[in-house]
Amino acid sequence: MMKRPKIKSIPYEEFKDNETFEKLVAELNANGTNVIVRPLDDLINWGRSNSLWPLTFATSCCGIEFMAVCAARYDIARFGFEVTRNSPRQADVILVSGTITTKMAPVLKRLYDQMADPKYVVAIGGCSISGGPFTKSYHVVNGVDNIIPVDVYVPGCPPRPESFLYGMMQLQRKVKVENFFGTTNRKEKDPFDRAEMRRKEEELYNEEEEA
Amino acid sequence: MTQEQEKTVAAPSAQEGTVKTAAKVARPAAPAVPAAPAENACDLKTFAPAELRREMERLRREEKMDFLECLTGMDWQEEGLGVIYHLESTETGKRVCLKTATTDRENPLLPSVSDLWDIANIYEREVFDFYGIKFTGHPDMRRIFMREDWVGYPFRKDDDPEKQNPLRMDNEPLADVTETLTLNADGSVTRRENKIFEDGEYVVNIGPQHPSTHGVLHFRVSLDGETIKKIDPVLGYIHRGIEKMNESLTYPQTLALTDRLDYLGAMQNRHALCMCIEKAMGVEVSPRVQYIRTIMDELQRIDSHLLFFSCLCQDLGATTAFLYGFRDREKILDIFEETCGGRLILNYNTIGGVMADIHPNFRKRVKEFIPYMRKNIEEYFDIFIGNVIFHNRAEGVGVLTKEQCISFGCTGGTGRASGWHNDVRKRMPYAAYDKVEFKEIVRTEGDSFARLMIRMDEIRESLSIIEQLIDNIPEGNYQEKMKPVIKVPAGTYYSAVEGSRGEFGVLLESKGDKSPYRLHYRATGLPLVAVMDTACRGNMLADLITIGGTVDYVVPDIDR
Amino acid sequence: MPAAGRPPIGLAGQHLHISFKKKMFDFSVVTTWLHGLLCSFLPEWAAILTESVLVALVIITLYAVFAIVLIYMERKVCAAFQCRLGPMRVGKWGLLQVFSDVFKMLTKEIISMRNTDLFLHNLAPFLVVTASMLTFACLPWNAGAQIIDFNVGVFFFLAVSSIGVVGILLAGWSSNNKYSLIGAMRSGAQIISYELSIGMAMLTMICLTGTMSFSEICQQQYDEGWNIFRGHLPALMAFVIYLVAGNAECNRGPFDLPECESELTAGYHTEYSGMHFGYYYLAEYLNLFICAGMAATIFLGGWAPLHVYGLDGLNGVMDLIPGAVWFVGKTFFIVFLLMWLRWTFPRLRIDQILSLEWKYLVPISMVTLVIMALCVSFNLTF
Repeated sequence: MMKRPKIKSIPYEEFKDNETFEKLVAELNANGTNVIVRPLDDLINWGRSNSLWPLTFATSCCGIEFMAVCAARYDIARFGFEVTRNSPRQADVILVSGTITTKMAPVLKRLYDQMADPKYVVAIGGCSISGGPFTKSYHVVNGVDNIIPVDVYVPGCPPRPESFLYGMMQLQRKVKVENFFGTTNRKEKDPFDRAEMRRKEEELYNEEEEA
Repeated sequence: MTQEQEKTVAAPSAQEGTVKTAAKVARPAAPAVPAAPAENACDLKTFAPAELRREMERLRREEKMDFLECLTGMDWQEEGLGVIYHLESTETGKRVCLKTATTDRENPLLPSVSDLWDIANIYEREVFDFYGIKFTGHPDMRRIFMREDWVGYPFRKDDDPEKQNPLRMDNEPLADVTETLTLNADGSVTRRENKIFEDGEYVVNIGPQHPSTHGVLHFRVSLDGETIKKIDPVLGYIHRGIEKMNESLTYPQTLALTDRLDYLGAMQNRHALCMCIEKAMGVEVSPRVQYIRTIMDELQRIDSHLLFFSCLCQDLGATTAFLYGFRDREKILDIFEETCGGRLILNYNTIGGVMADIHPNFRKRVKEFIPYMRKNIEEYFDIFIGNVIFHNRAEGVGVLTKEQCISFGCTGGTGRASGWHNDVRKRMPYAAYDKVEFKEIVRTEGDSFARLMIRMDEIRESLSIIEQLIDNIPEGNYQEKMKPVIKVPAGTYYSAVEGSRGEFGVLLESKGDKSPYRLHYRATGLPLVAVMDTACRGNMLADLITIGGTVDYVVPDIDR
Repeated sequence: MPAAGRPPIGLAGQHLHISFKKKMFDFSVVTTWLHGLLCSFLPEWAAILTESVLVALVIITLYAVFAIVLIYMERKVCAAFQCRLGPMRVGKWGLLQVFSDVFKMLTKEIISMRNTDLFLHNLAPFLVVTASMLTFACLPWNAGAQIIDFNVGVFFFLAVSSIGVVGILLAGWSSNNKYSLIGAMRSGAQIISYELSIGMAMLTMICLTGTMSFSEICQQQYDEGWNIFRGHLPALMAFVIYLVAGNAECNRGPFDLPECESELTAGYHTEYSGMHFGYYYLAEYLNLFICAGMAATIFLGGWAPLHVYGLDGLNGVMDLIPGAVWFVGKTFFIVFLLMWLRWTFPRLRIDQILSLEWKYLVPISMVTLVIMALCVSFNLTF
């Protein structure tokens, strides 16, 4: 079963990298899909893909273009993405717009970790894709994919607002082929289990006491 | 990457002498032995570190050199590590350049001047961060851009920062303690610890990821209730090492990075660098280019001020006004896009001219824009500036006196709001600014409201400048013929333009090579961040946003 | 809805039975019929239990529906003010936009954090929603269609609406986040202060109507004209005070300090994710609706149609429009006013907010109360 994510006003064929999606879908559907769960999945994906609230995160030039995308002429609100959240807890997608320096890298990682699942990353502009014009600098991370997993790359320096929108639509398509049940929602062991943490803290405290 | 330019130090002068006659269009390039020093060459007076302090005190007290325009760290290799100071007297307009150097590379010590000029505090920390020069008597000798656990000093010619500093993903340590070094008479150094924040203080981190810091700026704010007790800015989250990168790039390549410094002053930044190189080489660009550059600079200024207005509205919660500003800004971007091809990063100015001639529609669209913008400014007053809430939020908030502004070197609208006449366009006219009539907008209140009004009036003034020029663009080349490899004769040069948010200066030290030996930008934003602590103390947390918004800094320009 | 019978919630209070002039459709016909129907095959306690469950379902559904409508409206209204289009692509004119947000929010992870007071942290959003639901239940939708109605309705409304602030304070405290804490403190100071003006403004109107029961207030306005006309100057003053204070109570711009985006990232709910944040989001919009609904009830006649003295033809036509339409229409008109304010005004500072309340609104509302009392005692009202 092949999913063909529909995006209003752009037919599937007109997107540039359908192979990637087909591969992704093939991988996801390798074990077959559940007939009952599938429509639910579609509903959830429809909801998620149309409600990607970005984190207001901008380090440099691309951030200004991001503001332009939110402004009247390009109006990202048409897609329902205008609810920019300032708290990473409430954001769905982080648009890494601008250069990420080595000093910023742990901060970005932390922001990403603070976001609630499902979370997506769009690398915007040459700097966040590869370091851009600053590749040779001693203080620039050459591509944010070294730090966090990236879903969509939007090239440009800075990309035009139209490319922002195209990138966001690509992300929508990507979200639309996801599976919610069975794959992404596995119950993992909490690495920061509260009881465990408390025990460790107490140990530390005891050690300090002794010392 | 650092050593190769050594080889060709002596070569360029001979070559340039021959090409001069061959190139028909080009005006005399730099002559073999410059008969007269280039217009913007710095007349450096050298002082030994021991004498420097006395001389600086004399200049500050007796000659009233109250404006420390630029403080540049240098690594002259054999000559040692040193600093170049640019001083100006705001009363007499007299300018002085000094330099000092120490040959001790292990433990370089220079006297601090941070008690004479407030801004020297930040500048010296920058030099310490980049070159490891320790300033004796400085109250706060910490790194400013790099992480505190950074190894080495990246701007030293013999330093390999990448090898010593792999990407660290652990959280950055932030010290609450700093130190002051004092040089004793016998040459020994005493250390004294200073506390930045006391133990019980309620310190809130504003940034680095925060919607109102206009980028990745980090303020550690100590609060007493909602009242700000102290601000400690932590910079460097977008320090991209542009100045260091420039040392391994050719001159035309260095231009590309200036646009990305302060992306709201892309035209002006690039203009400054091009002008510096052109003047150093003795190239004179055609009047057409001068006019085009002036118009573009002013358009850029309007663009920047509109964004300033929009962001301020956004920060103060008036989201609608934000979109109004952006709506009008798009019109300027359209004009830029037609001629330059880019919206934000324009890459328009080149050494000896501009990248392409103006688009046939350019005049028409600019002429349409001028009345449109004049009309829409009134709308801003209706929706935001005239609002009583905004008046209450801005009037009397974050007052800076003229003396503070000068001492902190806050040029641009921030300084002019406090009554300091600092417009480079008037102080040292460049391009076509001596051919147009315009007022230097100055107010005396020095509060946030005045800072906003300055920008609004400057938009009007810029429109009038453009109006005067747009019909009179003379015919001529839009690009002087330059040699394929551009080399600047050896020397130290400084040029400044009036950027969107203050004086943007370029200090170029050349050894006659095809890439600069040192290219330092006098960032417009760094003094503005430095002054935040002074401006915000005693105000409330919400005022931090107002003040930060109105002093109008752009973070990549601060961090470079 | 057993409004005409007995209040479904077991709150003590003498229910005032009012004899309506049966011009407009009275919803109590339906509730009485339902009550009778259920009693015919159930014992009375079971019938009341069933009714309560039904009412609870209806109120939750209405709550969700109005939240969705308001969020959509806010986004479209804001877009219109900002020369934009707003949501366009999800469904026709973006009508399904909010539904997709809801689906997303429901399936989003709720992060449980270390070093927080987990119990309080999880409790806080429910307190906020509970408060707004309880106040929501006070709204008189139509003649006879009111969920909670008894003789001290206004008092009850004021009491339960202040539970919300506890939720906000708990959220700020339990999050172990400095932004949240500052946001919560601001919120506490702001909401508790403005409650005073709201109370005063309502008291002014109670002075006019002489009753604290919402149904009676509405009925009176149906009989004698809207309070804002009856009470003329003092009523108008109270109305303006109520709008300002109500807006502050809802934490909406220009009083959105507690969650003030540009200073405190997201204020007291900075650390909330997923549906927990969703509750705050819902409650914010519903509080707006309740605030507007209360203004409509007390000042603009609730479900009472517009009557002009002497024009019986017009009055007859007005009576044909159902009361619920009148109520919702008036409420949305005020909601629109408040949105207009929200998207036009910059934000105030905390000291300005408090000085506005304590130095201006409280004295003015006290004076208003006195003027109203004088007007009523000298029979100067209409």
